[in-house]
Amino acid sequence: MPVIHMRVNGNPVSGEVEARTLLVQFLRDDLRLTGTHVGCDTSQCGACVVHVDGKSVKSCTMLAIMANDCEVMTIEGLANGSELHPMQQAFMDNHGLQCGFCTPGMVMSALDIVERNGNDLDEATIRKELTGNICRCTGYHNIVKAVKAGARAMGD
Amino acid sequence: MYDFSYHNPKNVADAVSAMNEAEDGKFVAGGQTMIPTMKHRLASPSDIIDLRGIAELSGITVDGRGISIGAMTTHAEVAASSDVQAMIPALAALAANIGDPAVRNCGTIGGSVANNDPAADYPAAVIALGATVKTSKREISADDFFTGMFETALEEDELITAISFPKADAAAYMKFENPASRYAIVGVFVAKTGNDVRVGITGATPCAHRGMRLEEVLNSNFSADALESVEIPVAKMNADIHASAEYRAHLVKVMTRRAVAACS
Ligand SMILES: Cc1cc2nc3c(=O)[nH]c(=O)nc-3n(C[C@H](O)[C@H](O)[C@H](O)COP(=O)(O)OP(=O)(O)OC[C@H]3O[C@@H](n4cnc5c(N)ncnc54)[C@H](O)[C@@H]3O)c2cc1C
Ligand code: FES
Ligand code: FES
Repeated sequence: MPVIHMRVNGNPVSGEVEARTLLVQFLRDDLRLTGTHVGCDTSQCGACVVHVDGKSVKSCTMLAIMANDCEVMTIEGLANGSELHPMQQAFMDNHGLQCGFCTPGMVMSALDIVERNGNDLDEATIRKELTGNICRCTGYHNIVKAVKAGARAMGD
Repeated sequence: MYDFSYHNPKNVADAVSAMNEAEDGKFVAGGQTMIPTMKHRLASPSDIIDLRGIAELSGITVDGRGISIGAMTTHAEVAASSDVQAMIPALAALAANIGDPAVRNCGTIGGSVANNDPAADYPAAVIALGATVKTSKREISADDFFTGMFETALEEDELITAISFPKADAAAYMKFENPASRYAIVGVFVAKTGNDVRVGITGATPCAHRGMRLEEVLNSNFSADALESVEIPVAKMNADIHASAEYRAHLVKVMTRRAVAACS
């Protein structure tokens, strides 16, 4: 079986995987990083979004072996000890989650939105950019508010 | 998903020979169609030949006549390219509206064109701009490339290396999108160069095609109002849970009117 190496949240990791192993399976089952979720089998929900070499990708739609030698960031890599990342804190402060299943993907997508669009985001931009992240609970209003507030806090 | 042997060639020649040695090999580019298809066991190739390590397949180059986009260039890269934005802004806008940001970070122009999904966006642009599909074997004109639903002129061991788009004087793409996937329920790309108008239609029928009747009218009168009299044949339209054949025929006309209006 192929052996792969990558850095996940700054830590070097390696593992032996079947070629068919998805990145999300490697993260959850092998590395036990279960913050990244699987919400669908059609690549549509975005619960599995992580960053690979700084870009947001659906880890359910990438083979683990495709991330060989890459830098991977998951939701577990954001907080600094018990201090939440400003975007996580904004989701908490703005009631941007109910069951929380979509939240890791929402937060990882939100960071990508800030990266590409800056810290001052309008509602239309946020809604358009979040098209690949589905939430079954909140009705999105508070997610949009959280992303806006989180983006601003990241600039402070 | 069933297991397979994984290959990671560094150049086109090695990719082609890996394909020829495989029992039932498949190229994978961004994987945004291939991986879901394999997960659902609609495809179970013996070998996967990953094109992502082949540097010569990426990148955008400009010359006086137009723009050439490497097969492995992602939708996000096309959307963000200042060259594409300057030369054919409608193409950059099309790429910016494919799927969602994560799909655009992986999905490639070569993968989209090779896959020829009846609802994919790029085929409409390839057809309307009269692009040339460059492959590991030859050059194929847009009019000869898309042969049927999910079918193209590509042979088993032939891969797309780049697609070159001639610059148009004016061009616009309008799509009526499926709100869940953003795939085109109907998408129409209109390109005008001199007095020559070409219309590429996707989503409406099993395979993207030229809108000959629309072109005929637009060639003599390039205005949205001129399209009023054109009959769109309902019998050829796709029908599914998203839209009936009648509705799609109606949308073809509406999207064409909007694209023409956006050109002028
Ligand atoms: C949630 C979601 C939403 C989407 N929305 C849209 C949308 O709105 N509009 C749209 O147009 N598309 C949409 N797509 C599809 C997306 O654009 C894909 O990226 C694209 O269809 C396939 O490109 P890929 O690079 O991922 O190819 P892959 O999935 O890797 O490959 C697709 C096929 O092309 C073949 N192939 C790939 N590259 C080459 C090559 N260079 N030469 C020869 N054969 C090759 C492969 O063997 C395979 O058969 C969506 C996908 C998802 C998951
Ligand atoms: S689990 Fe990846 S998109 Fe739904
Ligand atoms: S909070 Fe439950 S799915 Fe979004």
